[in-house]
Amino acid sequence: MLTATRGRGRMDWTDWASYLYLGLGTLLMLGPVVWLGLSSLKSPSGLIEFPPTLLPQEQARVAVPNYPNPLPLYRITQGDHAGQTLAEVRKIGLQATMVDPAAPDALIRVPIDDRAKVMHLHAAWDNYTDLLQKFAFGRYLWNSVFITTVAAIITLLLNSMAAFALSKYRFAGREPVFLMMLATLMIPPTIILVPNYLIAAVLGLTDNPWGVIWPAVATPTGVFLLRQYMLTLPDDLLEAARMDNASEWRIYWRIVLPLSKPALAVLAIFSVMWRWNEFLWPMVVLGRNETFTLPLALNSFQGELTTQWNYLLAMTVVTLIPVTVIFAFLQRHITQGIASAGVK
Amino acid sequence: MGRISGSLALEGVVKRFDRTQVIYDVSFDVADGEFVVFVGPSGCGKSTLLRMICGLETVSGGEIRIGGERVNDLPAARRGLALVFQSYALYPHMTVYQNMAFGLENLGMPKAEIASRVAEAARMLRLGDYLQRKPTALSGGQRQRVAIGRAIVREPRIFLFDEPLSNLDAELRVGMRTELADLHRRLGTTMIYVTHDQVEAMTMADKIVVLRAGRVEQVGPPLELYNHPRNRFVAGFIGSPQMNFLDGTVAASDGPTLAVDIPGLGLLRTRAGRSVAPGTAVSIGIRPEHIRTGHEGDNNLTGAVAGVEQLGGLSYVRLNDPGITIQIPGQTRLAHGEAAPIHFPIDAVHVFDADGLTLPVA
Repeated sequence: MLTATRGRGRMDWTDWASYLYLGLGTLLMLGPVVWLGLSSLKSPSGLIEFPPTLLPQEQARVAVPNYPNPLPLYRITQGDHAGQTLAEVRKIGLQATMVDPAAPDALIRVPIDDRAKVMHLHAAWDNYTDLLQKFAFGRYLWNSVFITTVAAIITLLLNSMAAFALSKYRFAGREPVFLMMLATLMIPPTIILVPNYLIAAVLGLTDNPWGVIWPAVATPTGVFLLRQYMLTLPDDLLEAARMDNASEWRIYWRIVLPLSKPALAVLAIFSVMWRWNEFLWPMVVLGRNETFTLPLALNSFQGELTTQWNYLLAMTVVTLIPVTVIFAFLQRHITQGIASAGVK
Repeated sequence: MGRISGSLALEGVVKRFDRTQVIYDVSFDVADGEFVVFVGPSGCGKSTLLRMICGLETVSGGEIRIGGERVNDLPAARRGLALVFQSYALYPHMTVYQNMAFGLENLGMPKAEIASRVAEAARMLRLGDYLQRKPTALSGGQRQRVAIGRAIVREPRIFLFDEPLSNLDAELRVGMRTELADLHRRLGTTMIYVTHDQVEAMTMADKIVVLRAGRVEQVGPPLELYNHPRNRFVAGFIGSPQMNFLDGTVAASDGPTLAVDIPGLGLLRTRAGRSVAPGTAVSIGIRPEHIRTGHEGDNNLTGAVAGVEQLGGLSYVRLNDPGITIQIPGQTRLAHGEAAPIHFPIDAVHVFDADGLTLPVA
C-alpha cells in the first residue's frame, strides 16, 4: 500500500503528512530494534567506541614484522607525516610511538591529537557463536521454549473451555462468575506474588518449569477475549450439532474451537509473548541456574561489576526472534479476527 | 430396515419462560407420513413449539409423543428427528460432505456407509458437484439443499423445518417449495414445517395448524381452513389477499338466513346455522375472489374505486365505501374514482359473532 494516495494518483499534502507521520512512527518503533541488531554484532571495543557508530566497526589492525601482536592502524592528520597510515606500538602520555608497516625498523613519535583511527566494518559473529559454546545458552533457550509452548497450549485449552461455558451455557451464577474473573484483572500481580510463591513451594513446584507454567495458564484476559468472540457464534450451529448427536465435548472440539480460530490466534500470540518475556515470577520461582529462562539468563549476564554487553545484546536479539516469527505467522489471523467480528 | 412410525401427538402442551407463558394447552395429532404446516403471525409460538418437539426446549407441561412413545425427557439427539434451521446452520469450517457426514460420524457409523448415504442424498438433491466446497462458496438455494441433505442422511422419523425458505428470493422459494413437496412424496416421511407465509402453508400442507399467541386456532386440511374457518382470525389469515370484513348488527333472523345491517351500506343477507337475536353485533366476511362485479338479485353494493392493481391474469381493485378489496379474473377497465357495482353471493358470506367465532352454516 506504499503507493496509496488520496488524490487521483498525485500526492496531496495530506499524503505527505501521513507518510511523514508513518515514517516517524516507523523510525521510533523500529530504530531501537535496528540499533540493537547492529550493536549485537559489535566487538567489546566497538561498543565502547566514542562517538558511537551505527554500523559495527572496529579499528583496523595490521601484522608488523618483529611485533608479536597485530598493531592498531592510525591515519596521521597533521604534522610531518600527515597523510600516512601508521601502526601504533605504544602510547605514553600524549605521545604515541608509531611505526610505518612498510618500514618497520624506524620508530616515529606522533602527538595523539594528530591522528585518527582507521576503522573498518567488522561483524563480530563470535558474539553469537560464543553464546552457544561458552554459555549454557541452549539450556536456557530450551527452558524458555518448553515453558512458553506448554503454557500457551494449556492456556488456549483451559481458557477456551471456560469461555465456551460462559458464552454458550445458561447456568445460575454465570454472570457473577464472569465478573469475578474479570475483577481479578484489577489485582496487580506483585500483590499476589508472595501467596503464589507459598502455594508453589507447598506444591513442590519451585525450581521446576511447571512452577512457571501452572500459575499463569488461567488468564482473565484470555477468557474474556475468547468469550466475546464465542458470543458471536450463532447458537443455531450448536443446536444443529446437538441434533447431529454430537456430545458437548465434540461440539466444543469440532465446532466451537475451529470457528474460534481467529480469537485463539490472538490469544496464542499474547500468551507466547507473556510467557516468553515474563521475568518477575520465573525469577522468584526458579532458583537454580539450570532452570533459568532466557530473560533470567539475560539478567544474570549483568554482573555487579562488569557486564558483557556484546553477549547481552546478542542474547537479546536471539530472545526477540521467536516472538517476531510467531507474530509474523499469526498476524493474518488477528486482522481476520477483527474483520469477521466487525462484519457480524 | 423397517421404518419406525413417525407419528406425533401433542397433548396439553404448555411452555413457560420464567413467568411468561408462551404456549397454552396445545393438542393435536400428526399421522405417520403427513406433511403438517404450523402457520401463524410472527411471535405466535410456532418456532417454540417446533423446538419443543425436537427437544431443544424443555416442555413445561403436557406430553409429546413420537411414534406413541413419550419423549418429554428424551434429549434432542435421541428423538430420531432432523431439523432444518432457518439460518441453515451449516458448519462453516466444514465442506458440504463433512457437513452431511458429521451427524453420522457421531453415531459411529462405518465410513463406507456414511459415504454411500451422503452420495445418495447428494444425488437426490443434485449436490454431487459441490461436495468438496465450503458453505460460503454456495448460493442460498444450494445451502438450503445441503441443510436438507444433512437431515436426509440421518433417515429421521420426522423432518422438522423452521421457516426454511424465508432467506431465499421469491423465485427460488417457489422452486424449493416444489422440491420439498417432491421430496415428501418420495421419502414418505412425516414432515413438520413452520412458516408465517400462508401461501406456503396452503400449497404444501396435508394439514395446517394455525397458531396465534401460543394457542391453536384451528387444525385441518388447507381447503377446510379456507372454506370453513373456525373464527375470524383463521378466516383473515388463510387466503390472499385477505378476507374483507364488515361490522354490523343483526337486523332479522329467519331460520337459515340472516339479514345483517351494515351501517351506511344497508342490509346484507347471509346464511347461519342458528337464529341470532336481532340487534346482536356481528361481522361478516367475504373473500375478494368471491365478490362478483355487477348487480344480480340482492346483496348488491356500489363502491368507489380507490386503486387498481393489474396483474395481467387477474386484477385487484380497492374500493372505498365499503373499504374492501375485490379480485376480478382477467383484466379490468375500472379506473380510479369510478363507481363499481358489486354483488356478494349469499353462500360466500361468512358471519362471525362478537368474539370472532364463526356462526356455522347448518
